[in-house]
Amino acid sequence: MSILWENYIDVAAMILFGIGFSNLLLQRNLIKKIIGLNIMDTAVYLFLASMGYLTGGEAPIVENGVVEAEKYINPIPSGLVLTGIVVSVSVTAIMLSLTIRLYQRYRTLDLDEITLLVRKEHNDGIYS
Amino acid sequence: MEFIRNFPFFSILLPMVFGPISSCLSGKTAKKISFTILCIDCILSGAVLAYEQQTGGSFTYRMGNFPAPFGNEIRIGVLEAFMALFFCAVMLFSLFGGISHVAMDVPEEKTNLYFIMINLLLSSLLALIYTNDLFTAYVFVEINTISACGLIMIRGWGRNILAAVKYMIMSLLGSGLLLISISILYGITGHLLMENLHESVVQIMAEQTYVEPLTVAIGLFCVGIAIKSALFPFHSWLPDAYSYSTCSSSAILSGLVSKGYIFLLIKFFYRVIGTDIIHQSHVDNILFIFGIAGMIIGSISAIQQTDAGRMIAFSSVAQIGYIYMGFGLSTEAGMIASVFHILAHAASKSMLFVSATGLSEVSGGNTFYRALTGAGYRHPFAGIAFSVGSFSMVGIPLLAGFTSKVYFAEAAFTASRSKMIVTLIALAISTVLNAMYFLRQVITIYTPARGLPKPEGYHMAKSMCAALVLFIVINVLLGMCSHPIFLWIRDGLANFS
Repeated sequence: MSILWENYIDVAAMILFGIGFSNLLLQRNLIKKIIGLNIMDTAVYLFLASMGYLTGGEAPIVENGVVEAEKYINPIPSGLVLTGIVVSVSVTAIMLSLTIRLYQRYRTLDLDEITLLVRKEHNDGIYS
Repeated sequence: MEFIRNFPFFSILLPMVFGPISSCLSGKTAKKISFTILCIDCILSGAVLAYEQQTGGSFTYRMGNFPAPFGNEIRIGVLEAFMALFFCAVMLFSLFGGISHVAMDVPEEKTNLYFIMINLLLSSLLALIYTNDLFTAYVFVEINTISACGLIMIRGWGRNILAAVKYMIMSLLGSGLLLISISILYGITGHLLMENLHESVVQIMAEQTYVEPLTVAIGLFCVGIAIKSALFPFHSWLPDAYSYSTCSSSAILSGLVSKGYIFLLIKFFYRVIGTDIIHQSHVDNILFIFGIAGMIIGSISAIQQTDAGRMIAFSSVAQIGYIYMGFGLSTEAGMIASVFHILAHAASKSMLFVSATGLSEVSGGNTFYRALTGAGYRHPFAGIAFSVGSFSMVGIPLLAGFTSKVYFAEAAFTASRSKMIVTLIALAISTVLNAMYFLRQVITIYTPARGLPKPEGYHMAKSMCAALVLFIVINVLLGMCSHPIFLWIRDGLANFS
């Protein structure tokens, strides 16, 4: 148990990842799916950022001539988090725009209902 | 000659720069630029392959001249160069074959957007092939996903958008797993470049520290790639995405997009983890089981389809199963067979999608399999190409699919006894099942039909005929002159580790 308490940030990140993952997989509502996606990505960024953090470390910009490496946090995970945020913003934008298109056409956000409506369209021979 | 070392970087950069530029050009100009870039990339990759052939071995190319472990690198060996050449060529032919349909299916004002997606896809595929850095690979996996989503939805029908949403959801689940796996690997090793990662992983195994996180990371990476490349239980997004999009898109998606991810997995096995450790973690046995299941169940689902497009799409599930089965054999011969099957499947499946579109176009735009009766006489080129593709997938000698099946059967004898028996039985069953649905379709298109004349004023698109002939040539070449390719794959894989 104590190992879980010591690494509570990683534990929280994994729990959040699980919540986000299962939401993205299981929710029927498209907006809730997108929220799940964001929770999942954020959990990974928490995990990465906590990995690079040193207690009491400064942002890795040399100031006042302090050059000892241990005074600064590891900048690479922060860089990865920034890159990851760019990726997840663009992916979220695409998902939201696709959701808008589907909602304009079918007036619902429920993926199962949309699937039924699409199948009905297909059977009626509507191609547009 | 040293100048050639820059070519792989240029071939990634070129489509990446010109893709966004074509957003402010007209559709026609964007089309010309895309074709030019594809041709240039073919030539560049060909030059790299020739250079690798002469020098042998491999080299790493530093981006921005920062030395490892700080800088970003790409790595070029004979296998990467050949894959890049092959992917560019298949992409060029697929795009060329379906270009008349792109004009029909994509609204005039959006044509340039389609070519942005094509360029980004090309760039990300090449980057996935060449990259030597896992995080870069993740970023390009996402670019690949986004551009593939664009290719699926560009037609703008309701069901295309639904297919794109389903594709995105599954893909994002896969990328989430990939990202967390890469984070864990970074956490336990402190590296992202493949060579450094490999050294640390070997050290971890020697000292027996962090073995569990390593196993978790390997597992998550494999599941992530399996979802993205539609291995059997995760294939639910595939049929809609492949069968409803415009024909160039389907050809490129089925032939190349999933293969790019699989090639990344091969690099992960060989260059990051090492095949021995993969074998110790038993991931290969799990991939083997799902590969076999995919081979059988994909084919059974394909038999149940009444729509030619969906049938070909489900057949992709079975073929992806073959590739993972080869990984699961966990021998060098199995891996070579898998890589060869990647080539064979890309060449045949892209041709099948393009030719199926040609056949449906002379049957009133219908893809119901009985509606295609006699279509082989109405569109002779597409008929022949469809037959060649089907025969190749079934495994008729002299064609690409046959050679890869021979390699799989030979590889089975190098694996353990139980795996050998299962592989041989699965190959036999799956060949029979493949024959059932593909030959049914071939017989249908060559059954003379009454009362369905060629549509008035119909001309076969010359571009499609030319592309189909080129595809047939590739298939026959892969089938008959497989030995040099086999050597390239063997040397390339040996170079990997």
